[in-house]
Amino acid sequence: MPGKLKVKIVAGRHLPVMDRASDLTDAFVEVKFGNTTFKTDVYPKSLNPQWNSEWFKFEVDDEELQDEPLQITVLDHDTYSANDAIGKVYIDIDPLLYSEAATVISGWFPIYDTIHGIRGEINVVVKVDLFNDLNRFRQSSCGVKFFCTTSIPKCYRAVVIHGFVEELVVNEDPEYQWIDRIRTPRASNEARQRLISLMSGELQRKIGLKVLEMRGNAVVGYLQCFDLEGESGLVVRAIGTACTLDKLSNTSAFLPACNSPSKEMKEIPFNEDPNPNTYSSGPSTPLKNQTYSFSPSKSYSRQSSSSDTDLSLTPKTGMGSGSAGKEGGPFKTLLRQQTQSALEQREFPFFTLTAFPPGFLLHVGGVVSARSVKLLDRIHNPDEPETRDAWWAEIRQEIKSHAKALGCHAVVGYSESTSICEEVCILSASGTAAVLNPRFLQDGTMEGCLEQRLSWQPGFFSIGSEKGEVDFFPQSQDSSSLLGIEEASPPGCGFCHIPYDELNMPFPAHLTYCYNCRKQKVPDVLFTTIDLPVEAIVVGKGCLIQARLCRLKKKAQAEANATSISNLLPFMEYEVHTQLMNKLKLRGMNALFGLRIQITVGENMLMGLASATGVYLAALPTPGGIQIAGKTPNDGTYEQHISHMQKKINDTIAKNKELYEINPPELPEEIIGSPIPEPRQRSRLLRSQSESSDEVTELDLSHGKKDAFVLEIDDTDAMEDVHSLLTDVPPPSGFYSCNTEIMPGINNWTPEIQMFTAVRVSRLSNINPTNQTLNKNFNDLCENLLKSLYFKLRSMVPCCLCHVNFTVALPEDELVQIAVTAVAITYDKNQALQANKAPTEKSQQRASTDNEEQLQFPLELSSDPLSSQPFSPAKEALEGASSHTGIPAAQRATSVDYSSFADRCNSWIELIKLKAQTIRRGSIKTTTSLEKASPLAEGYLRHRSVPSGTNSTVSVVKMTPLSFLPGAKITKYLGIINMFFIRETTSLREEGGVSGFLHAFIAEVFAMVRAHVAALGGNAVVSYIMKQCVFMENPNKNQAQCLINVSGDAVIFVRESELEALPVPAPAAAAQPAGSAGDVTT
Amino acid sequence: MSSDLDVFVGNTTLIDEEVYRLWLDGHSVAEAVSLVSPVSPLSPVAEAVARRLRGGVLEREGTSVAVLQSDTRDHYRTFQMLERLLHAPPRLLQQLLFQIPPERQALLVQRYYAFDEALARELLGKKLSKGTKKELDEVSARTGVGIRSCRRQFDNFKRVFKAVEELRGPLAENIQQLFLLPPALARDYAAIVFFANSRFETGKRRLQFLSFGDFAACAQSMMAHWSQGALAPEAADPDGDLPKSFLQDLKELKVLVSDKDLLDQHKSLVCSALRGKISVYNELEANFKALSRALVNVGGKLTHARDVRDFFVDLVEKVIEPCRSDKWSPGDLRLFLTHYTAAPRNLPGFRHQALWERYMAAISACLLRMYHD
Repeated sequence: MPGKLKVKIVAGRHLPVMDRASDLTDAFVEVKFGNTTFKTDVYPKSLNPQWNSEWFKFEVDDEELQDEPLQITVLDHDTYSANDAIGKVYIDIDPLLYSEAATVISGWFPIYDTIHGIRGEINVVVKVDLFNDLNRFRQSSCGVKFFCTTSIPKCYRAVVIHGFVEELVVNEDPEYQWIDRIRTPRASNEARQRLISLMSGELQRKIGLKVLEMRGNAVVGYLQCFDLEGESGLVVRAIGTACTLDKLSNTSAFLPACNSPSKEMKEIPFNEDPNPNTYSSGPSTPLKNQTYSFSPSKSYSRQSSSSDTDLSLTPKTGMGSGSAGKEGGPFKTLLRQQTQSALEQREFPFFTLTAFPPGFLLHVGGVVSARSVKLLDRIHNPDEPETRDAWWAEIRQEIKSHAKALGCHAVVGYSESTSICEEVCILSASGTAAVLNPRFLQDGTMEGCLEQRLSWQPGFFSIGSEKGEVDFFPQSQDSSSLLGIEEASPPGCGFCHIPYDELNMPFPAHLTYCYNCRKQKVPDVLFTTIDLPVEAIVVGKGCLIQARLCRLKKKAQAEANATSISNLLPFMEYEVHTQLMNKLKLRGMNALFGLRIQITVGENMLMGLASATGVYLAALPTPGGIQIAGKTPNDGTYEQHISHMQKKINDTIAKNKELYEINPPELPEEIIGSPIPEPRQRSRLLRSQSESSDEVTELDLSHGKKDAFVLEIDDTDAMEDVHSLLTDVPPPSGFYSCNTEIMPGINNWTPEIQMFTAVRVSRLSNINPTNQTLNKNFNDLCENLLKSLYFKLRSMVPCCLCHVNFTVALPEDELVQIAVTAVAITYDKNQALQANKAPTEKSQQRASTDNEEQLQFPLELSSDPLSSQPFSPAKEALEGASSHTGIPAAQRATSVDYSSFADRCNSWIELIKLKAQTIRRGSIKTTTSLEKASPLAEGYLRHRSVPSGTNSTVSVVKMTPLSFLPGAKITKYLGIINMFFIRETTSLREEGGVSGFLHAFIAEVFAMVRAHVAALGGNAVVSYIMKQCVFMENPNKNQAQCLINVSGDAVIFVRESELEALPVPAPAAAAQPAGSAGDVTT
Repeated sequence: MSSDLDVFVGNTTLIDEEVYRLWLDGHSVAEAVSLVSPVSPLSPVAEAVARRLRGGVLEREGTSVAVLQSDTRDHYRTFQMLERLLHAPPRLLQQLLFQIPPERQALLVQRYYAFDEALARELLGKKLSKGTKKELDEVSARTGVGIRSCRRQFDNFKRVFKAVEELRGPLAENIQQLFLLPPALARDYAAIVFFANSRFETGKRRLQFLSFGDFAACAQSMMAHWSQGALAPEAADPDGDLPKSFLQDLKELKVLVSDKDLLDQHKSLVCSALRGKISVYNELEANFKALSRALVNVGGKLTHARDVRDFFVDLVEKVIEPCRSDKWSPGDLRLFLTHYTAAPRNLPGFRHQALWERYMAAISACLLRMYHD
């Protein structure tokens, strides 16, 4: 189905001088899409050309629309020689292809040249007319929405979460083609940019097709990566979670039956299976079902979850054939193929999401990860990238089996990554094994919750510190269970309960009864890759915990190299795990969220960097301390040394507990309603000096039978390890940091945010490096980087660095490159107290509005009981749910000081206004005088041109790696931003050396992202991520090159303060024209 | 382990006002770091500066010199990239590369264009040429302003001069528009441009008692009353040039001193009006003719560029110094000038009343401003 793409070139400004003689430029523009090119007229002798072109129309296939970027090239016309290119703008028109996103792209784009950087700006308008056709999305995947956000986007609700989608495409890297030897670096860079743009378009379209096959309409948690494999090619791969999303509108939000597409209705017969536990959430399409199509491998001891995981394939097959008949054609054959081939091998119950609606996550087993070392070889047939597919399939299979071993049927917070050095490639995948709740809200839940309401003592949850960061409303107890998560697992601790069989544990672990509900078993430490569930009960605040590690490796070739890497990997994993565990204990915490372990391979070493956010989960037992044991206990001085060390460690733990406000309540023995544990359990509860590991990889990381808290110092290495434990400096006061979306324990964000990227490249100057010195260097590098961040952002105190994302690369022999992207968010210290006292009414209100969006999903999952029931219970549940999730709501925005923000906002507006006025005044005056004094106009003309453009103040675009903006409500998602840039220089010194070069480039990338968002009509990018930053330099040749790949979701947000008091912005807006009008007369 | 590359880029460009000041003052990174870190060996002055500047930021933030260095370098790089845009402030508002809140942009521009009055005083009336720039070393030594800062400020003067040189209309407003400066600063720049354009002599010893502010005020009144813009905003000539026709007309005023009758009548009118009202009546009576001759002749000479240079010298030498030696009070001078300007209205046969009052308005304002020790 074709569409019509229309492009208009309006004007340019601040173009570079291309003609030295006249100090001016004769610019024209080429607009290219696919194989069609249009040109504007030459606008002679101006640095601010006004082309005002006609509408250039491209009639193209929608497949082409999806794949191709719009290419705009600005050139300088030269009569005698070839026209000189000034620069280019690539515009991804994908956001125009689905109805709910942007309708027009219009604005100033920086003109970018891979050698010179940004060279002026160009004003472009782009529109797409898609022919209205009921069948319009059948052939291509136009209309499938993509989100980088790893949770259900704020203004949507999930009707169905279908599951994992993945795809990869490969091509030859233009930089490694023979032609590269004869063409200019610019041509080569542009070929690469264009190719990658094309490949990501193609990839997105293919993923979109898969989603449509699954009957979804969106991909959430879309993560696209490039593997620059050098000689062997270029791989672009993507993973995501297919969903059926519905845009939230106030009227229909509560009526799932009306909203769900008709296809869901068809399935109701299946869902109304006599078995009350039938899994009703997913199976909207046959393909989707494979997501859960593992055989229940074990008999579960937990009575509560035995049934929900028991899914059989039978209904799906039947359904599949049914719907396939309707679809017919290629879909049918594909379906048959799918059903025939081993379903378990092809499909994976993986979710790239990291945050879920409350109650969706039943149990978390622990982190599952898999790595594999591969030797790269040339991809012979790019159309059949079988080897790469097979590699990933292998790894995913492993992940799946790990999850199964943990008694889990799904993997959440799933991600994949690679590290490439020469021809060796490490493929890594990790996620969190979990049991998800397939049947929400069922008959009978109501009664169960009523009972529980009686049995629970109000106030039980108010365990926050005196400051009261954690504020649970009394209603939360009864309402939480209204959600019907599980009879026996209340929210806030349910996800901690072990999913595996206690008697048949996959690894040795020490279990205790849950400190919260006392009903279920919990491990004593929990590692996950997901965000902290909103319902989790946390004591105190969280903190960023990093494990850092270097391992030397001999230089080797090919297989030998791969083998030595494979041999090293288990040791690294083990050590990283040990470090994490020790550091966690040192902070007196018992759980890690957002765990990301990166192993980077270099020529002669491997580096491991694990980042996570440590928290104290109230449901898990208090962690024990760390004991140090010497090897030669007879030696007196040695003993003294040991005890000194021990004291230091104990002091650190105590200090950290104070710092992070970890003062868990004494075991509430007096609690009446709570089930009193049996004596046997009691004794187990008191056992705190134990250790378990939830991480299962191929090796057993659980330290066997040895008590892991005893650090044995048997050689200097061990001594170093202990020392390094103590070198981590806590952030300066007023700072907190985490790598998750939200900081546990802080709930009063103010709207000021600062997203930043910092890059450091350091030379490891040791001549004879050892693992120890390398470790220390690496550790220092990371710590110094953090310190420098704290210093830079000191003006924002009190603030929290959220989503701190470290990326390590080893670009050359002795070089280590660390890139950090994070966002600093300010919070109000004083308001913490107020928030506690604040009328819960308001926060609840907010919470409920918040939850209208978030909580649709769980309700939708079990659409059938709802649809048959009267409306009221659903609403009641919703209200309950909203009060229950008082924490996240409060954390988001409840207690933001609106008045102060409004002030700030006003002053901002006023300033802009002021500026606009002065400018306008000037230009008006000059124009009038121009009219009067026409013979002398020239001087005026010259000076008029400057202020006339100044009226357009550049709109502010916020960027954040988080999925939300504090104190603001996202009202619209405009589309995905996925940009790839190359910058090269042959005059490195002149551009300020490597730092100057990269500084400018990163600033340019930010500018281009902001410009694209603004052109889409947006005012923020959420879930922003810099996926790649490959920097290469050759100082001898005065050259450097850098590749950056970024992505995010363009959105429109509205300040909550503006939402609340709608009249407020109106007068401000009115004042502006009035003010300027008044100015004319003065 | 040395850091080869070290950058920090925020979505909102971080501007540290203090580092900006150091950069503007022309300190190198090393100097700037040493200035803000009391750790490194320094002269006591610098250390004092450091204390005052960062108030012991090292101790407070618990950071290290290395961190400070890295931070300073980041800021310096940013400022260097911004400098190009600061040369044309409207571009700073339009550019997309740095996201800077408007109030910060205003601050950047304002601080960049702020100047040391001592330096500006030295350069007043000088040609803003390469030759003058070469002499900046001496100026720097005399004024105590760092040489890099001197050069930057000089370039600012020159840039503003070049930008508005050819433009019609009120100088200060043109500058305000083109450089987005606050009104007061724009007026000061207008004065600098005015002086540079007319090349008034300001460096003579007898003029040393006059500050930049004095001259700026004079320039403003001269532009306000004499320039074409004062009569019709759409006037032909730039404000910086005094209108030729006006200067030519001033020759007509000579009649006031060349015609003996007119001079006598003028004197008697003024004297009768002031009798008993000013303390220096006798001196006035004795010096009236000399004063009047000086006041009128200053204007008459303005057609010749060479004589224009001596405008302020003449005023000081022939009006201010005699009055001062006769111990006129500023009030006396004010009264005298008021009546001196008003009197010709009653002179029979004097037809240049409007011209006269326009001329004297600026002269009076200048004299009153300059009449101090």
